[in-house]
Amino acid sequence: MSASAKEIEQLIGKEYKQGFVTELETDTFPPGLDEEVIYKLWKIKNEPEFMLEYRLKAFRHWQTMKSPEWAFVKFDPIDYQAVSYYSAPKRKEDGPKSLDEVDPQILEAYKKLGIPLDEQERLAGVAVDAVFDSVSVATTFKSKLKEAGVIFCPISEALREYPELVQQYLGSVVPTGDNFFAALNSAVFTDGSFVYIPKGVRCPMELSTYFRINAANTGQFERTLIIADEGSYVSYLEGCTAPMRDENQLHAAVVELIALDNAEIKYSTVQNWYPGDKEGKGGIYNFVTKRADCRGENSKVSWTQVETGSAITWKYPSCVLTGNNSIGEFYSVALTNNYQQADTGTKMIHIGKNTRSTIISKGISAGRAQNTYRGLVKVLKGAENARNYTQCDSLLVGDKCGAHTFPYVEVKQPSAQVEHEATTSKISEDQLFFCQQRGLSAEDAVSMIVNGFCKEVFKELPMEFAVEAQALLGLSLEGSVG
Amino acid sequence: MLNIENLHVSVVDKPILKGINLQVKPGEIHAIMGPNGSGKSTLSHVLSGKSGYTVTQGQVTYEGKDLTEMAPEIRAREGVFLAFQYPVEIPGVSNIYLLKAALNSIRKHHGLSEVDAMDFLTLIKEKVRLLEMDERFLYRAVNEGFSGGEKKRNEILQMAVLEPKLCILDETDSGLDIDALKVVAEGVNSIRSPERSFVMITHYQRLLDYIKPDFVHVLAHGQIVKSGGPELALELEEKGYSWVENKQAA
Repeated sequence: MSASAKEIEQLIGKEYKQGFVTELETDTFPPGLDEEVIYKLWKIKNEPEFMLEYRLKAFRHWQTMKSPEWAFVKFDPIDYQAVSYYSAPKRKEDGPKSLDEVDPQILEAYKKLGIPLDEQERLAGVAVDAVFDSVSVATTFKSKLKEAGVIFCPISEALREYPELVQQYLGSVVPTGDNFFAALNSAVFTDGSFVYIPKGVRCPMELSTYFRINAANTGQFERTLIIADEGSYVSYLEGCTAPMRDENQLHAAVVELIALDNAEIKYSTVQNWYPGDKEGKGGIYNFVTKRADCRGENSKVSWTQVETGSAITWKYPSCVLTGNNSIGEFYSVALTNNYQQADTGTKMIHIGKNTRSTIISKGISAGRAQNTYRGLVKVLKGAENARNYTQCDSLLVGDKCGAHTFPYVEVKQPSAQVEHEATTSKISEDQLFFCQQRGLSAEDAVSMIVNGFCKEVFKELPMEFAVEAQALLGLSLEGSVG
Repeated sequence: MLNIENLHVSVVDKPILKGINLQVKPGEIHAIMGPNGSGKSTLSHVLSGKSGYTVTQGQVTYEGKDLTEMAPEIRAREGVFLAFQYPVEIPGVSNIYLLKAALNSIRKHHGLSEVDAMDFLTLIKEKVRLLEMDERFLYRAVNEGFSGGEKKRNEILQMAVLEPKLCILDETDSGLDIDALKVVAEGVNSIRSPERSFVMITHYQRLLDYIKPDFVHVLAHGQIVKSGGPELALELEEKGYSWVENKQAA
């Protein structure tokens, strides 16, 4: 072993920085799930009538479903009765009216994560909704957004304040019975973000939600619903972390995006859930359904994700290209190290005429991790002149990891053009030595090579996020060479 | 500056270098010539710290310190530079990014602050002009899609920017046409200084037409079998390597 490899071995012990636990008094439901729990949830959230029916329908459907087994991931069956479905920091009756009323412990937790909720401290131009365990604890810049007519609030609040709007769109992209985890989410989701951008409005700032799982033995089931009305534009960022715990924690979110005529939504995620320790113990199960409906003509949705966390990632942000001339994009970096498993990709469903989609996927595997790209490009009969371009690249670091690519293509329209390119490469000894010979440490060299590999995706991220993503990759790769 | 004493090196128990002695003083240019398989590249790799080589005997000191004990990046930061025979490609990483990261790691090692972005740009543009390169070169990914000549010129650019003390050129002339060879040689000549030393490894004499060495050494079967001035290279060109090899056997 060379000297640099030894150095790197020592760095393997580097810990997950966001792994702290915040001591809080919480209202937590005892573990278990039945109709009674759902009723209690509905009651405690003070939701409109239709939601009880919505939840119960989803729950009944879920009971008939099976956990999907087709993904290239391995885990022990989850005991859904051992999970608590509601955990919220204890607080006064109505919840905080302003930041002054938010538990200082929670503000401290977000500060530690580098997300100050104090509006003055916040970088100008980004409004944040902070979701702590099951509930949204703070949303910043509310009044400024209101001036522009933008609604950005916890979905629980939207259900009370704008029930018709929510009812019209909720479940219209991901129906209650869509898949096992989506059905579970529909039955038990507790909070998340709601965004509505009115006609012709360009949202004056980036919107951001920061998810944090704190309590033990709870699942986080958040729900995000974003509606971009005709001719509007919004850029939305999502970040996630969790404490280090020995047991696995479940995160089963659903995100629905709706873009109407000439509207554009840009959705960026930097996912850094706790990945488990280096022996593969603990970590988040990230089973997420994300889907966009480009419902209007000339609408556009762009997903950009950087996935470095979670023990298991099961996630396929997709676009249903319903409107004519609509555009769907998917840019992804998925990095797995140690014993992490990721099965991620996208679905592009071309329905409208002249619809276009682009898929750029970069998978990086290190340690003993398994990284899978799974994608579907489907062109329906009516989608004349549909075009898709897919590029799928895998990079291996070391010789104990795996990279897999499962591209599915279904084309029912003869005028469609579908392109697929795939490569697999390895960081070579020669590349590493070359960089070291120029003065870089092996770690910095790997980080630089990986960042270069991901460049096409990073350039899609908002500036602030791109910097964070690069740093995160470097951190997640520590100890991966040697 | 560099002192190699009785250096023996093996690769997987197979001895490649069998007792090399070489002394390089500041400002000197040494050419090491030899037939294929004589151990020329092994010498450059051992000096720069590539893994896979075992020093079985002897020692190498650089500025009074044991070079073999240093990690490759430490050697680089201390001023040892290897211009590669086959420069690797790094997709997606721009030349300018690599240069800046490399320069900063070297500066940090010497307790200096990171180079200011504007200063860096000024510096690098000056070097690019010096080497008669196109500025667009800087924004291309490291060696990706470069021609053989461009790759070698890129190595010299890195050398010019990082300003090492000991430059090892591993068959920098191989694969270059005569025009590219001239440009590379001019680049090397432009950064010659009384403090900077060069060890040029080459198979052919022609590089030495453009970069005048102070000493020429002939390496054969893992040993330096003959040393002399620049005239030795011409003699070799005329008589071929078999001349020295046979001599050694005799």
